[in-house]
Amino acid sequence: MEPVAKARPGSVARVPMPMQEPAERIHNFQEVPTGYTPALAQREASRCLECKDPLCVRGCPVGVDIRGFVTAIRDGDFARAIHTIRQDNALPAVCGRVCPQETQCEQLCVLGKKHEPVAIGRLERFAADWEREQLPAPSVRPEPRGGRRIAVVGSGPAGLTVAGDLARLGHSVTLFEALHKAGGVLMYGIPEFRLPKAIVQEEVDRICALGVKLVTNAVIGRMITVSELLEEEGFDGVFLGVGAGLPWFLDIPGENLNGVYSANEYLTRVNLMSAWDFPNSDTPVRPARRVAVFGGGNVAMDAARTAVRLGAEEVHIIYRRSREEMPARQEEIEHALEEGVRLQLLYSPLRIGDDGAGNVRSVLCQRMELGEPDSSGRRRPLPVPNSEFELETDAVIVAIGNGANPLLTGATPQLELNRKGNIVAESGSGRTSIPGVYAGGDIVLGAATVILAMGAGRRAAAAIHHDLQVRFPGIGTTGEFHH
Amino acid sequence: MNTILRTSTLAPGIHDLHVQSPRIARKCRPGQFLMLRLYEGGERIPLTIADSDPVEGWLRLIVQTVGRTTRELVLLKPGEKILDLAGPLGHPTEIAFRGTVVCVAGGIGAAPILPIARALKAVGNRVIVILGARNAAQMILQKELELCSDRLLLCSDDGSAGLPGQVTAVLEPMLRSDSRPDQVLAIGPVAMMAAVSEMTRALAIPTIVSLNATMVDGTGMCGGCRVSIGSTTRFVCVDGPEFDGHLVDFHELQNRQHAYSRQEQQAMEQPHRCRLERTESALLRDEHRRTPA
Repeated sequence: MEPVAKARPGSVARVPMPMQEPAERIHNFQEVPTGYTPALAQREASRCLECKDPLCVRGCPVGVDIRGFVTAIRDGDFARAIHTIRQDNALPAVCGRVCPQETQCEQLCVLGKKHEPVAIGRLERFAADWEREQLPAPSVRPEPRGGRRIAVVGSGPAGLTVAGDLARLGHSVTLFEALHKAGGVLMYGIPEFRLPKAIVQEEVDRICALGVKLVTNAVIGRMITVSELLEEEGFDGVFLGVGAGLPWFLDIPGENLNGVYSANEYLTRVNLMSAWDFPNSDTPVRPARRVAVFGGGNVAMDAARTAVRLGAEEVHIIYRRSREEMPARQEEIEHALEEGVRLQLLYSPLRIGDDGAGNVRSVLCQRMELGEPDSSGRRRPLPVPNSEFELETDAVIVAIGNGANPLLTGATPQLELNRKGNIVAESGSGRTSIPGVYAGGDIVLGAATVILAMGAGRRAAAAIHHDLQVRFPGIGTTGEFHH
Repeated sequence: MNTILRTSTLAPGIHDLHVQSPRIARKCRPGQFLMLRLYEGGERIPLTIADSDPVEGWLRLIVQTVGRTTRELVLLKPGEKILDLAGPLGHPTEIAFRGTVVCVAGGIGAAPILPIARALKAVGNRVIVILGARNAAQMILQKELELCSDRLLLCSDDGSAGLPGQVTAVLEPMLRSDSRPDQVLAIGPVAMMAAVSEMTRALAIPTIVSLNATMVDGTGMCGGCRVSIGSTTRFVCVDGPEFDGHLVDFHELQNRQHAYSRQEQQAMEQPHRCRLERTESALLRDEHRRTPA
């Protein structure tokens, strides 16, 4: 092991993250940040002030003992670090990579008030990666211990969290997934270069190793209804974490031409179905020289950066507000720019033009200017008259968000939904209008983040466990669960 | 689960498979489909469920070899398994008493029409089936369709079976007669469904078509199967697969079905690889992901 050059607690600058150079990374799907070495991690961890009352934890939706794991890394006790994180977080390798730490734990870090906050996300990733290399997931499945039977529907971040928490409490959990692979958006949506699929698989395997039974290709609502889970299949509780689902389109002319994708479709083809490897894999994605992406969130960045790696020469992100209003993380925007993606800010697409043979040929855009703030608190973009311009392009990716998927909710009439079709659930517990049925994640919140879905899963698991103890006094519990 | 029970050939390039799938068989209704994947690295394709037995737990899939996956699927032998089957998906056909219903089936469209015709008959409709094919050799399911209809009319492009000509030529006099149908259902090639819908529109006869769009997930997540219905965009997988034929933009559907023609050709040119190699190539893919290029 290399000698550790300790940083002083409270030192100004964080230890930089080693990265793949842009010129190199645009030709591969490997991760962009390559991760701290043990020495770098210890050095960064030693910047922590070890506050008496750590504010960072308050910014964490699942309440990880951040001070505890950071000081463990500082001391070189990586096993203790990962064990500390896993007390509260079932998916550390995922969160260390895709959580928006800058608006959560790191935003509250006291060190960040004057200097740069401790790189909590990078340290979490380090601990999780160390665990993956040193402590392979156990293959033995423990027998459930005196708990009840729970069905978890959807194996994305919310469902995985609920399954993991309840299994640790001794319940017998069955995790249902509609697709052929577990992981939800972590598997189909977030690209390989931000979140390697092998890592997601490993996290899923660790959850299954807790005794969770995974059933893929299980379309709940169609193959088995929610009421059948409770009445015929013998489950004592059901958690619905089915995600947001249906991609939105702008409803502008030309949106159904060949070469126009929702970001969901584009990313699913590439990530879940390995279209980058066509024809060795069977699912294609249309090759495109010039790509236009509509939207300004993380998904738009993911789609644009994927297009770059698939060989596009020009990738434009068309966004109707200014860069300050972009919902994407700064880091993602910077990575996209480094990779040659161009931002067309304050432009709104009006129409997609065709080549006469049913394919995309161009996007007609209009210049916008920002007016008064709208309901979202951001300044409302207003069209500038006579400012249209046409952008030549042979593929368009629409990344403007998703609405609720009716597949399960439409088949569950007693389930109360809001105006938008999302499930109505009590915020602290995830309880829905059906007794014994809980929900959390994007199907409740609308499109949100991985960590918010996990936080909802966390609270729902606690509520499910509590409600079961009320209904079935004396069920076995274990002491592994921390509230 | 997903074990092939028996297979037979109905016509050149059209195969009949019975698959053990108790969960789906218990739930599926006429008009629904499933998603299928054969091996690691394989694509997901939608297939209509042609028949099922909830008690014995089997599904019947009638498959025309049009692409790489269907070509590999029909090579499976009894006892072999399909890797992934998910369903039943889509809305079932609305089965109600209407009076006289004409079911128009073009080519492989006979497969989805079969359970629908049977169900329509079971609720008391007078069911007329028009079955069209390129020629006598390509005509499938005549016997079974005869059993579940009051009248079966055959036609073929070359006249080798039934009347010479297309289904529309058989349908037209029916629409103009005194006993004009109360509803028409058409399933088959896009051009055929478009022509039938065009004919019935003028006479305002309610017409249902079942659309076969390109899909990736089949559960509403990707929007790849979107179609224009009147002035709105709908997803075939969760809003369909059946729609009012008078509102479908068939031209757009036809165009979208050909979005990957070139890649489909490329995939078809790939030699058949045995499953062992398939597994190896999936492993290589994972390996490639793990090690920096």
